[in-house]
Amino acid sequence: MSTSIFDIGAPGRGAAAQRPAPGDVSDLPPEALRRKPPRLPEVSELQTVRHYTNLSRRNFSIDNQFYPLGSCTMKYNPRGAHRIASLPGFAGRHPLAELAASQGFLACLHELQEVLKAATGMAAVSAAPMAGAQGEFAGIAMIRAYHDARGDTERREIIVPDAAHGTNPASAVMCGYVAREVPVGADGDVDFEALKAAVGEQTAGIMLTNPSTCGVFERRIADIADVVHDAGGLLYYDGANLNAVLGTARPGDMGFDVLHVNLHKTFATPHGGGGPGAGPVGANERLAPYLPTPMAAKEGDTYRWVEPADAPDSIGRLSAFAGNAGILLRALAYARMLGRDGMRRVGEFATLNANYLMERLRQQGFELAYPERRASHEFVITFRQEAKEFGISAMDIAKRLLDHGIHAPTTYFPLLVPECFLIEPTETETKEELDAFVTALTQVLGEVRTDPERVKTAPHNLPSARLDDVKAARDLRLVHEPD
Amino acid sequence: MPFIPHTDQDVATMLDAIGAPAIDDLFDEIPASLRCGPLDVPPGESEMEVTAALTQRARRDEPGPCFLGAGAYDHHIPAAVWDICSRGEYMTAYTPYQAEASQGTLQLIHEFQTMMAALTGMEVANASVYDGASALAESVLMAVRANRRSRRRGVAGAGRETATIRVVVAGAVHPHYVETARNIVQGQGIRLEATGFDASGTVDLARFETLLAEPPAAVIVQQPNCLGLLEPVNEVVAAAHAAGALVIAVANPISLALLAPPGDWHESGADIVCGDGQPLGIPLFSGGPYFGYICTRREFVRQLPGRIVGLTEDTGGQPGYALTLQAREQHIRRGKATSNICTNQGLLVTAATVYMSLLGAAGLNAIASRCHATTRKLVEALTSIDGVQQRFTGPFFHECVLDVGRDAEGVAEQTAAAGITGGLPLGRWYPELANCLLVCATEKRSEADIAAYREVLCRILIHAERPAIGSASEGSR
Repeated sequence: MSTSIFDIGAPGRGAAAQRPAPGDVSDLPPEALRRKPPRLPEVSELQTVRHYTNLSRRNFSIDNQFYPLGSCTMKYNPRGAHRIASLPGFAGRHPLAELAASQGFLACLHELQEVLKAATGMAAVSAAPMAGAQGEFAGIAMIRAYHDARGDTERREIIVPDAAHGTNPASAVMCGYVAREVPVGADGDVDFEALKAAVGEQTAGIMLTNPSTCGVFERRIADIADVVHDAGGLLYYDGANLNAVLGTARPGDMGFDVLHVNLHKTFATPHGGGGPGAGPVGANERLAPYLPTPMAAKEGDTYRWVEPADAPDSIGRLSAFAGNAGILLRALAYARMLGRDGMRRVGEFATLNANYLMERLRQQGFELAYPERRASHEFVITFRQEAKEFGISAMDIAKRLLDHGIHAPTTYFPLLVPECFLIEPTETETKEELDAFVTALTQVLGEVRTDPERVKTAPHNLPSARLDDVKAARDLRLVHEPD
Repeated sequence: MPFIPHTDQDVATMLDAIGAPAIDDLFDEIPASLRCGPLDVPPGESEMEVTAALTQRARRDEPGPCFLGAGAYDHHIPAAVWDICSRGEYMTAYTPYQAEASQGTLQLIHEFQTMMAALTGMEVANASVYDGASALAESVLMAVRANRRSRRRGVAGAGRETATIRVVVAGAVHPHYVETARNIVQGQGIRLEATGFDASGTVDLARFETLLAEPPAAVIVQQPNCLGLLEPVNEVVAAAHAAGALVIAVANPISLALLAPPGDWHESGADIVCGDGQPLGIPLFSGGPYFGYICTRREFVRQLPGRIVGLTEDTGGQPGYALTLQAREQHIRRGKATSNICTNQGLLVTAATVYMSLLGAAGLNAIASRCHATTRKLVEALTSIDGVQQRFTGPFFHECVLDVGRDAEGVAEQTAAAGITGGLPLGRWYPELANCLLVCATEKRSEADIAAYREVLCRILIHAERPAIGSASEGSR
């Protein structure tokens, strides 16, 4: 670690240029005031800038490294979109500003809603949810509101494949449902017979990612939609993998009733070290009345908010204001730069890159989890042989890959494939970058056979050696303690 | 092909390696009936064209002086804050799951957790959630879990239509926060009951007592409250704890440099402190992204949702940071997780951490006191207009309710037309306050801004111009 900001200060030091003259507070009741100042850093402006600049250099990022993290779509985040969202008119606009002073922003929000409708094949979109998981929550809450409105209150289950993102069952539970898992078959598709057996009058809906978290297209999606709809259930589309089929296939055409889109994946907004994201939800005619508010509406040439009062069946607001507005602006700027052909090419080239990389790795002797299938925009490889033979784990290989200046793919997901990597190169990487990845991973695999200890003890070239997660959880040290 | 680097030669080589004649063949597992035609969106544009078009829209919204707060505040942001946040190493990194490749973000979050715990008077903090309103929702769920665990009361949340777990909203808590929390927790059988506020604009203590008669799982109180006023938080904490309820405090982090931290309220202190971090170096951004923070006592840390960073050691015995207590989270626990949340608003936490480092305790205190004093000046200036008066007389932090003697919606529209963001017409939240504006003045508002607002408001209220306060009352007799 580098020295803490708390250990480089001195009593009385500060960034004087940032301090206004204090105001008079003598009218406030003394018992309401703070007696002892909080322990915050006491550092100069240069110390602050230097400290956090140096810390930044201890991060991997898309701007620095290839980052093939499966299911996360770590593609280039255009600087132009960032610049646009930071324009004074957008960045300085108060979220509760009067309508007359909000027409520019509302026009953008409305346009984004329209773009997302077109891209997903849905009847209406609300961009209110602030992340994918909140979009899931919104979608399942809408499904519940729909059933409740019909007096159909005995449906208690949401079906999720066992390969699904953990957020799926967690979101279902937050909405008061029981999450019922169905298995995924050896070919990566949901086990259709098991699904049929699981669906019934207790089924409120099903949550599916398509292409799935196994990196393959769910080939029987139309049959699945029929089975669930025939039982009175609804279909939720987890948009985590929309990047793979953008411009090629639309969830609305596959039979889904409601969905979310991760703008921080498919629409290239920056991940920011763990957020912010945005998870707009789209719905077909049946579920549109339940969309969360606020939304933008257009009347003639002017724009206004759709507030809860205009949408009596809405599940209501999910944030203090209007969601992650700045992320929505970035996504719109990106979508406009792509346009019709650009959107199709996103899906095409993400798929090309993934299939190329998969084929190269296959030729190098890596074991594919679903060797008979096309890759979508991502694919799964497994190191179960290496684990058995050399006692090496997927995590060991991931850590060794970091030494090659490459961010590790997603490890141990999907959970049903042992010792796996989920690899998603994205469309913005060059063939050379993919080839370099193959070279690096092949080297690591060679090392597994010749010097497994070197791999087990990786990383060796980073600011920290392997960190002890167990100790972190056992001896909880969650705040800096003064010496 | 914006952002796609492939040359024709690349494509040919790659398809050859795959053994596919064309890119389209890579989609041969998608049934033909599910393929879509060209999307109904316009053709692509260059960065220059998009920038020009959206700049034109942004210009329409460029605000004049802002006297509107209501949960989002127009503070000065030091230039260094977003210069650092805009570094690709922070902006384009993912969640720090690979700890060794993420020590920058992890250490920064650990420093952030330390700062937030210090500000709130709590022992631990998480790495943030979406915003203040969702932080309140998560805090309610957390309090219900914590209280259930410690006191063995209430029923499991997953059962439907069992609304048996009660949480009391004491006083004037931001209506958008309450609505958000209600929408998010109701599926788990949790009911929010509000005391409302009395003629003082703060918690109706008599009604509060009544609602405590049957002890709720938790009590929510906001300080300063959503009308800017100081709630009797010591009394609220004392009564809530006497009834066996946990206390969730909602607090503006800037105010905490000046006002008593929730950890010090009464003798026992609040149990969970949450709120929105926007005042700490984050632009208004039309409503987001901001971040929500949640702090608590150490004993409740396993009920805390969201990411948490801990200090640990590497195999060489050197200190380093890692995400910890991940067994609470959805990617491990799935349906049994503390929450479905995975995002923390990392980039905004970066801004807040740099901001708090630059300001320190003394700087934050100066900003808080300056906001208070500037708002007092604003109130003096505006109430010197005939027919404008303070609606509530108790002490306030940096927001105040002014009765303008007529429908405040129209007044706000007219100030906006005159280039001033004049405040929130409170009829939107409370019909009985339809003649009231909630106004705010941060340290950014100058005397000239205040004079300009007074002039505009005078004109709107069709009063003859009177001398501004301070320039002698003799002449106006």
